[in-house]
Amino acid sequence: MAVVTQHAARSRRGTELLLLVLAVGVAVLAYGMVGLGVDGEWSAGLPQYGGGLAALALVVHGVLRWRAPYADPVLLPVAVALNGLGLAVIHRLDLAEGSAQAPRQLLWSAIGVVAATAVVVALRDHRLLRRYTFVAMAASLVLLLLPLLPVLGRTINGARIWIGVGPLSFQPGEIAKITLAVFFAGYLVTARDTLSLAGRRVLGLRLPRGRDLGPILVAWAGSVGVLVLQRDLGTSLLFFGLFVAVLYLATERVSWIAIGLVLFAGGAYVAYQLFGHVQQRVSGWLDPFDPEVYDRAAGGSYQLVQGLFGLANGGLTGTGLGRGRPDIVPFANSDFVLASLGEELGLAGLFAVLALYLVLVERGLRTAIGVRDGFGKLLAGGLAFTVALQCFVVAGGVLRVIPLTGLTMPFLAAGGSSLLTNWIIIGLLLRISDAARRPAPTPAPAPPGPATSETQIVRTV
Amino acid sequence: MSELTYTVLRLGLLVLLWVLVLAVVGVLRRDVFGTRVVARPSEGRPAAAGRPPRAARDDRPAPPPEDRTVPRQVVVVEGPLRGTGLALGSAPVLVGRSPDCSLVLEDDYASGRHLRLFPRDGRWWVEDLGSTNGTLLGREPLGAPAPVEAGAQLRIGRTVLELRR
Repeated sequence: MAVVTQHAARSRRGTELLLLVLAVGVAVLAYGMVGLGVDGEWSAGLPQYGGGLAALALVVHGVLRWRAPYADPVLLPVAVALNGLGLAVIHRLDLAEGSAQAPRQLLWSAIGVVAATAVVVALRDHRLLRRYTFVAMAASLVLLLLPLLPVLGRTINGARIWIGVGPLSFQPGEIAKITLAVFFAGYLVTARDTLSLAGRRVLGLRLPRGRDLGPILVAWAGSVGVLVLQRDLGTSLLFFGLFVAVLYLATERVSWIAIGLVLFAGGAYVAYQLFGHVQQRVSGWLDPFDPEVYDRAAGGSYQLVQGLFGLANGGLTGTGLGRGRPDIVPFANSDFVLASLGEELGLAGLFAVLALYLVLVERGLRTAIGVRDGFGKLLAGGLAFTVALQCFVVAGGVLRVIPLTGLTMPFLAAGGSSLLTNWIIIGLLLRISDAARRPAPTPAPAPPGPATSETQIVRTV
Repeated sequence: MSELTYTVLRLGLLVLLWVLVLAVVGVLRRDVFGTRVVARPSEGRPAAAGRPPRAARDDRPAPPPEDRTVPRQVVVVEGPLRGTGLALGSAPVLVGRSPDCSLVLEDDYASGRHLRLFPRDGRWWVEDLGSTNGTLLGREPLGAPAPVEAGAQLRIGRTVLELRR
């Protein structure tokens, strides 16, 4: 499926610690400067905040030294830096709007870090997950259908993707990203031979047989179902994209991407014809400056245009944290966190953040290349692709490259479910990368021979 | 606090952010500027193999280096995993479809634990572990464990392994 390369057997945990210090430093400076920009004093609660973030980072670092010494040294610092920057921006918007989201976000960060740590400690080998392929499928269905239950489900901002118990609300669909990635990887690693070998060649593309189209049609119908039942464009796009990406990784067939794009185009066109909110998104994307679209009470382009104005106001180096007006944009700390960041840190800061995402995705794909079993390849590749697609969909929506959809920027945006999910993804990638970079054990040099010597077993499940 | 301090801090934050990005990229230098990928020779042009993997170069007690017939790595030259390679150190190597093998084949005609390569008296030997479809060493079916030299080819189903220096 891919080339296996030999890695130098270095754990690089020391490098990770250095990068962590730098990452926490960036986050703490950003957090402190919010206060400086708003009222000339370093932010209140800076020691608690900085200490909290550093403690979380050190906990994961320590656990990695203990349980996954060969895990990728870059994943954790990048995640900590993004999470910390997100906290700073959310704190900044708290000051502007009088809300108190930042402490909640820090709490959710702690929960996320605990979850990632639990993944690294409890899951000794990622291949164990393959046993739960169909459990993962059932869990995904349950998670996706939970918000539709009459008592539990909540409709917030027109999308029925939340469940609520008392004051707490949670998006189970976020966790479904992970279970679906596990299911797709486990299913396709078994089914890829039939999906990649049979078929006729038409115009240089090897088309699959008609009866092998089943799985991709089911995935497509499922994501259309999400769109229809929950009115959530972004999630439906994400699930279908994840499936097509893992299918391509498993089969190396460009024809699957072509088929996926055709199905996506068809689905998008039908959705555009049928659903008012899809039409609003598209008109807001094409003509955001049309006064009629801009002033529309619900689903207009006000938010998008204000975000663009903010980005323009930021310019090359930004207004400085606390000196811009990111609070004018509705949902500035969740859906439009990228616009807030771009206004106050400028193009230079925005590009640095996008570069961090790029590194995150690259490490995930690199892990997929490095790990030796097919399931691990597909799982790591699928998880990395989810992060990439999510970044593209959010950044593309905010920057008016594609129509806006309701996804969140991983780690940056305010929202517990998303943060928790992304930390679990980091935990899984750390675990898989440990397996990918771990050198093969060298047993004691006993006198070898066909009858006496132990055959080398890299790791047993 | 003066405006100057704030401006310095504002730009300092951006600089620090980029220092982080560049430090991360520095750690990944090998990924960014080209990875050590095992050579995938085109068919018919054998063994223009690249440098041996690092693991074989530094820390493993390799077989005596002056002997040019002793293989140092095993490379898949035909089959779904073409291009994949594995260094032969001092430990035996298990080849098969089972995920706990050192070299996991994706070949329907291979058995879970198909064969193993092991060092003995300064040479490498190959032993078929009772596989269903058998192994060919060169053109001969492999019966009892046999010594192999660099250049030998092992056929397992649709996969061909070549031993290289």
